[in-house]
Formats: sequence, C-alpha cells, structure tokens
Amino acid sequence: MNRIVQPVGPAEPLGASRRSFLIAAAGAGLMFSFAGGVGEAEAATGFAPTIWYGIDAQGVVTVNVIRCELGQHVGTAIARIVAEELEADWSKVKFTHVDSDAKWGLMVTGGSWSVWQSFPLMSQAGAAGRIALIDEGARLMGVPAASCSARNSVVTGGGKSISYGEIVAKGELKRSFTADELGKLPIKPAAERRLIGKGAPARDIPAKTNGTAVYGLDAVVDGMVYARPKLPPTRNDSSVVSIDDSAAKAVPGYLRSIALEDASATVPGWVIIYATSFVAANRAADLVKVTWKSGDSAKVSEADIQAHAAALIADPKSGSMVLDDKGVDAAFAGAKKKLEATYTTSTALHFQMEPVNALAFEKDGIFEIHTGNQWQSLVLPWLAKALGRPEDKIVMRSYLLGGGFGRRLNGDYAVGAALASKAIGGKPVKLVFTRPDDVRFDSPRSASVQVVKMAFGEGGKVIAMDHAASAGWPTEVMAPFFMPKGVNGVPYDPFAISGANHWYSVGAQRVRAVSNDLANKTFRPGWLRSVGPGWTNFAVESFMDEAAHSVGKDPVAFRLGLLDASGRNSGVADGMSAVGGAKRQHAVVAQLAKAVNWGAKLPANTGLGMATTFGQERDMPTWTACAARVHVDPATGKVKVEKLTLVVDAGTIVSPDGARAQVEGSALWGMSLALFEGTEFVDGQVKATNLGAYTPLRMADVPEIEIIFVESTEVPVGLGEPATTVVGPAIANAIFAASGARVRDLPIRPKAVLAAMKVKA
Amino acid sequence: MATFQLNGKAVTPKSPDDAPLLWVIRDEIGLKGTKFGCGVAQCGACTVHIDGKATRSCVTPLAAVAGKSVTTIEALDPKGAHPLQAAWIELQVPQCGYCQSGQIMQAASLLKTTPNPTDAQIDAAMNGNLCRCMAYVRIKKAIKLAASRMHGASA
Repeated sequence: MNRIVQPVGPAEPLGASRRSFLIAAAGAGLMFSFAGGVGEAEAATGFAPTIWYGIDAQGVVTVNVIRCELGQHVGTAIARIVAEELEADWSKVKFTHVDSDAKWGLMVTGGSWSVWQSFPLMSQAGAAGRIALIDEGARLMGVPAASCSARNSVVTGGGKSISYGEIVAKGELKRSFTADELGKLPIKPAAERRLIGKGAPARDIPAKTNGTAVYGLDAVVDGMVYARPKLPPTRNDSSVVSIDDSAAKAVPGYLRSIALEDASATVPGWVIIYATSFVAANRAADLVKVTWKSGDSAKVSEADIQAHAAALIADPKSGSMVLDDKGVDAAFAGAKKKLEATYTTSTALHFQMEPVNALAFEKDGIFEIHTGNQWQSLVLPWLAKALGRPEDKIVMRSYLLGGGFGRRLNGDYAVGAALASKAIGGKPVKLVFTRPDDVRFDSPRSASVQVVKMAFGEGGKVIAMDHAASAGWPTEVMAPFFMPKGVNGVPYDPFAISGANHWYSVGAQRVRAVSNDLANKTFRPGWLRSVGPGWTNFAVESFMDEAAHSVGKDPVAFRLGLLDASGRNSGVADGMSAVGGAKRQHAVVAQLAKAVNWGAKLPANTGLGMATTFGQERDMPTWTACAARVHVDPATGKVKVEKLTLVVDAGTIVSPDGARAQVEGSALWGMSLALFEGTEFVDGQVKATNLGAYTPLRMADVPEIEIIFVESTEVPVGLGEPATTVVGPAIANAIFAASGARVRDLPIRPKAVLAAMKVKA
Repeated sequence: MATFQLNGKAVTPKSPDDAPLLWVIRDEIGLKGTKFGCGVAQCGACTVHIDGKATRSCVTPLAAVAGKSVTTIEALDPKGAHPLQAAWIELQVPQCGYCQSGQIMQAASLLKTTPNPTDAQIDAAMNGNLCRCMAYVRIKKAIKLAASRMHGASA
C-alpha cells in the first residue's frame, strides 16, 4: 500500500489496537472477540459484539472469515493461522464466510491482502485463546498453569490432561487482554509451527468437484421472479426517455419493465425486465425497446481515450507527483545520454466466469442482498443511499464467487438488484446479467499511456528517471476516500501508479500519476487482478531492458546493479513486511538468472527475457522475478511462450500448495493479458462482448511453468497477483531477445511484432 | 413437452421446447451444479452429457433432448467419487471452481472415448473449456492421473 493507502495492515490490524480482546463463556460455547466503540459497555458484562472464532462444548472451533472465497482457499488459510497459535486439532476446526455486519470492520477481499492483513491479528487471537484455555484447564485439573501446555486441542500438565471441549463445557472462562497485552503475545518461532507452511487440503475444494458448491447465481428464495437488465448505451450519462414493451408481451412469462430510480447514481439509465423465468426475462429484454438520452461519452473511442492520456502527460503540470526528488530536471539537462519510451495498454476485461448477478428482497424490515461480492464495505453505503435506509437495515449474504479478479469489488450489480426489488415492493428479484450485459458494463482495466525517461551520466551510470502514467482511475471514481496525496498535494489513485515507484536506485526520481478524466466519464474504470502494477511494470521492466541495451549492459547485470538497497530502497521506511528492501529483490533476480542459465545460447528465433517486480505495494512487497522463453515466427510474428520460470519471495508461505496454485494461475493471467486479452471502446462501448471476440488464454497455450519459492520466515505477504505483474514484460523482453522486435503496446499481437521487426531491420 | 431421462429419472419439464436445457436443469429442476458462463457454447461451464457425450447445454434446446439421457455433474458418480473427481481433489485443481463441473464432464467424455489421452489429445478436447482462474496445469495433470488409475493396467 505504499504507505499511501493504509486502510489496514499488520501494523494496526483491523483497528484492533483500540480494542480489547475478550474471552468469555457464552451459552454452550466460548467466544473470542474484540470489543470496541459501542461494544465497550457490553464487553464489561462478558459479551462482545465482534466474534472471530468460537469453541463449542464438543471442542469444535469455528472461525469467522470476513474474506470472500473466490478461488484462493482463503478460509482454509486463515483458519490454519488461528489454529496454529490456538494449538487446535485441525480436524476440529471449521470456518464460515460471514455475512456483512458493521462489527467486522472493513470487509474487502482484494489487493492480495487477506493473509498479510490477517496473519498478526489471527495469530494473536489464537494465542490469546490458548493462554485462556491453559489457565482454565490448569485450574480444573488443580495443577499450576505454568506446568501446562496445549497441543491438538488438549491441555496437559502435572500428569493430567483435559480437552478444549471439556474446558468449555466445565470451566468458567472469562478473561480479557488489553490491546497492548494482545499485541505483545509472542507468535511461535517458525521452527515450532505445526500447521503453517505444511500442506493441507483446502476445505472448499470437494464441493467444487461435485456440483454442490453454492455460488451467487445459485441463490434462490421462494416466490422470486427473475430479471435481466436492459443496459443503456453509456455507463454514466444515460437517462431513460421512454420504454416500449409491446413486442415483449408476446413472451410467455414476461411481467413488466421498469426504469430504475437511483438516488445513489450507481445505475443510471438501467431498465429492469421482469419475468417468471430467466429464459423469459432474457428473451423479453431483447424485445423491449428503450429510448435513452445519452451524453457525449456515446461518441468516445479507444483512440480518443489514448490521445487524451498522451495529451495529459505532455503537460508537465498535470497530475499528482507521487515522487518528485530534487534535481530531476537538472540531471536530465546535464545528462551524457538520455532515453525515452512510450508504452500503451488496451482496455482489458475481467471476464470472470460467473456473470454478475444478485438476489434481493426485503424481509422483516431488512433488505437482503444474496450475492458474491469482494467489497461489502464499499457497496453498503451505495445500497443505503439507493434504498433510502440505514446500512444496519441492509445485509449482504455471502456466497462463493465464480471468479472475482476485482470485478466484484464494484458492487454496482447489487444496487441494480436491490432497486429492482424495491421497485416491486421488496419482493424477491433475481437479477442475472447475460455475458454481453456483464462485459458491456464491466469495470474494465482502463487503457493506459506511460512515458518513461532515463538520464545517464559518465560510463552509463543512471542518474535520473522520470515516469508518468495516465489511465482511468477506479479509486477516484468509486472510493475517493482511499486516495492519498502526492507531494504536490494532488490526490492520486495508488492502484493506478504503484509499480512505477520501484526499488531500483536511479538517482533523482520523479513519478507522476495522471487521471484520465475522459476514461472516467466514458466507463467505470475497474481494479483488475494486479491493478496498477499489472501495467505500470510493463513500462518499468520493458524500459529497464531497453535502458540496459542502450548502455551495452546485460539486462540482468544492469538490474542487479540498480538493486543496491540504498537510500529509500533499504526497506527501513516501508514497514515490517519490507524487511531487507531491494536486497531481497536482488536475491530473486540472482536466483532466477541461475535457475534459467541466463546467458546460454538458444536456438534461432528463440529468446529469453526477464523482468522483476515487487508485486503490489512497497509496504507489502512480494519479491518476484520471471524469465520467459519464447519462440517468434519470423514470417508471421506469432509468439509461442515455451517456458515461464518464476522465483518468488513472499515471506512465510502459509499454504504451500495453495501458494503454488495462486502463482500458476496469476502467471498465466499475466501471459494472457500480454498476448491474448484486449478490446477497445467504440462509440462509448467495449467492442468485444463475448468469447470469440475476447480471447483469454486456453489450455493449449499453456507453457511449461517452473516456480521457485524462496524459503523465508519473514512476514507473509500477498500471492494472488504478483506473478501477473512480471510475466508480460518478461515476454516482451524475450520477444526482443528472440527477434529484435521491441513491442511497447499490450496486448502484443503478431502484426505488431512483425512491424517492430521491420523497424529493427 | 419433452420427456427425457435426467440422471436416470424420467422428467417432463414445463419449460417451452425452445428453452435452453441449461436453464431448465438449473431453474425449473433445481440442479445448480451446471453453470452459466457465456451462453454461446464458447466457455464450457454448462457442459452435460447427452447420451454420454459432452454437450453445451446453454445452446441445446429442450426439444433436442426428447427421449434422450442427460447426465449432470451431480450424477457423474453416485458418490461424487469418479476417478476424475478424486484426482481433482487430490491435486487440488479447483480455484474458484465455477468452471469445474464443465471441465470434469468434458474430461469424463474424453476418457470414455480416449482412455489414455496424449497431451495433444487433452488440449484438443479441453480447449473449449475456459478456466478463468487458469488452473490449466492442474486440470491436465488430474486428467492424466485419473486416466492412469482408470486404465492402470494398460498405462
């Protein structure tokens, strides 16, 4: 989070520092909880409003997981963190993905944050429970607590033993820890870990092989009607003039069409087509004729968006200065040599497998939204405004997500469903988007333009670097409260620049982020897996390659020389997760070079390229390096990726097999975005609306993949995205190595490779 | 009104004859394991077996299965323990899992006709099944593992 955006993090996990940790018998079980705010009064009586896990009289531990499950097996990982310090018998540990409630604090699943943010908090919560259970177990056994220890949900001491279940059933547990006490609870040394770092099957997997896993689309309730949205020509500036549903009335099951009225302005111009089945709603929607009044964004094309970004960057006064060292301009003015390159990326889609959908209804005074969602805390205020009711009269029920990748951080579809229900008196409505609906109103990754410059002094020494990037800013559009200010006082979207503030020591450095207001108006920019670093690193790491070649240095040696961990790159200023700083990035690059036998001769038209990044954020660095071996067909420009090798230092690995799965998938995401995925805006809408036109990577495209994790006992950091950030530039650099073609636009199409080969020739 | 065998039982849904089989199975009959992804037979999430052959249910009209036998993921194996399902769990294949019913049904169809598929045969058979989490490495490994167990003697 670059210290820029600090909603939560290990330093102050989930605001726990202001809270006391309470352990109390409650009903037939035991509750472990944080009390804070209004909860303090209740806490004094032994009941806490915030419950992280409980143990029942049978000894079953149930962990409440506030993160959603979208393929990362997060429930298993978090429950194991608790169980490790609690000394619980893993076979008696369960977890639930909880519904929204203010008591959970910030509910968001993204940024590869889940394990990183949960680790200290859940470890200490587990440790507190263990201490309380040992104390009470010792008292029940009549032996000194100091002589007791806990293992596998049993307290043993003085030749006696008692299970956690028995302690809960017979004991009188009531103990609290102040925030200070909790924060000081020691976490086990790595050598004593029994669960973390050891393999365990993910608990969510069996249901995902037999059809019993329940996703948002599977949610049903008695008496519900189905609906499909009829979406306006533009995302942000359309309003309904008239609706003609005469043709739709011929569809059996068609009920009615209603233009939504939305005080939150989340879903302007949406018309809801109601029917007794989805099939009928779908067909009727095609027949309903809606006339909209739309604004200027109906004329905007991809080229307009890119041209606007380039013009913004050309004005040196535009945007937010994320870094602006003294002496940048002077260094460039006095440079022996300068290098400049412009990189662009096309609009990219989430295309998560499950189209967005939600079931909404009012019951007993509460509005219920049943859906898969990644950021409940963001959408609840929108829902409150749209429905005209307080947030505590709205609940979001959690379901599995058929893919998220950031799409479901934007819960606009939940607002559409809620208003669709409100419009018919709170009756249950299941709103389902078709695939083209989903794609048309995706929150795509904005097209981007980046201009990168470097100044060299004597002997090719790097003395200054200037990086400017412009794109649509998701955080400005949807969560402006998350925007930190640059050194010039202008707020910026950290998720549209992180990566440019890299760990290379390049002398005087400037990083400038510019919001593309035309993109923001035309569509709703989204956070897409790996966010800013997914495209800023395409520029940084392609440029580092170009810079190395321009001064006649080997790309690996050039990078190693700049990763000297000096000054701000020592890691000291970036928090406990950044221990070691650029030294650790240096190490993964060195290890990668060895693993791929860097410098060895390769067959004709085959090349090896590398790239390295710090993953997502400076204060949560996942040190990553990748080498891609590609073959370029000189006749067609077609690129075949033969092998990807990745070296990853993510600190402590909580779930080794799950970690590997995340890197496998995210590396292929990086490859897919580099070679296969991209669309464009035409007349204010994305051109590709389904597979066929949009072509993510398929099985036959999969290269050989080798993944090496650095053994580490440092703080565990994120793994869901970092590999995505590094594969694209590694491929681009490999294409250069194989063919001499320097490609500076994503996705890399064969035509562009051919054209670049001619430039070289 | 079309009558067909669904997971071994005769059913006569009320949906119109031209309703896609996918929505009949999901919303009228209530078996939710078969998924909706693209609606145009390009992603494979809706794959079921019709008379034993992997078929995209999102573009199959109800009338087309009259008198036929349809199997969904729920009945691939009575205990959910088909060798593919076992391999999927053993190798921890699914991530989000949404496409996996379709992947498994497609793979089951492949192994019926090609008990010991080569890499190229697996790619060819599975290329129509999109996995957006890109768990392809493990899908392929699991197919091979299941194949070796089902036909161990000849493998």
